[in-house]
Amino acid sequence: MLNINETKDGANLKIALEGRLDTTTAPQLEEKVNGLIDGVTDLKFDFEKLEYISSAGLRVLLSTQKTMNKQGKMVINNVSEEVMEIFDVTGFSDILTIE
Amino acid sequence: MKKVFECEATVENLTNASAFAEAELEELGCGMRQMMQLSVALEEIYVNIAHYAYAKLDDNGKPIPNTGVGPMKLTVDSDEENVYLIFEDEGMPYNPLEKEDPDVTLAAEDREIGGLGIFMVKKSMDDVLYEYKDNKNILTLVKKL
Repeated sequence: MLNINETKDGANLKIALEGRLDTTTAPQLEEKVNGLIDGVTDLKFDFEKLEYISSAGLRVLLSTQKTMNKQGKMVINNVSEEVMEIFDVTGFSDILTIE
Repeated sequence: MKKVFECEATVENLTNASAFAEAELEELGCGMRQMMQLSVALEEIYVNIAHYAYAKLDDNGKPIPNTGVGPMKLTVDSDEENVYLIFEDEGMPYNPLEKEDPDVTLAAEDREIGGLGIFMVKKSMDDVLYEYKDNKNILTLVKKL
């Protein structure tokens, strides 16, 4: 189960995730991001309530990061220790901007 | 104590397989961190089986994802030191440990989308064992309790 709460204000997009970003739910996020990302220069993710992330979730984050590298910046806030460990193991902590 | 879950290896059944394993791991007293690592590892291995174990091959002999289904069996076992997740399928012989590790030091632009799954499994488990026996792929994940 994944809840996606987004707020878009002009070129600013905030996406808060709640639950699990896995093989079954990652396509939902991908679709949501693809529908909203046009013209966005400031993308913020809030992972406070994200409990779980697998490589399917990482794939969506990577492709989103690549898009944002071309058109603005992307930041991830409130990453839990468990999710951070996944980012560390995969080298994603160097690719993503985590605050 | 050994607990066994069997299903048709489809991505749709991932949720059931995860729920089964997580309930067992919780009973074994796994911490949050181990639980997360085991869940991620389970998902990576399970999805690999669902996509490829029973897939048909293209003209070059490469499997085409999601073109065939078959059974898979997941066993959660433990002893005093370790917890074991054992995956069995009857699909084509495939040792995921032979897959080359991705370069995790590259910048976003140069990173490939695939190949991360099994790498995460190898990094986060204490041991991963593969054998092909009686026409079955048997992959065992070992994590210290």
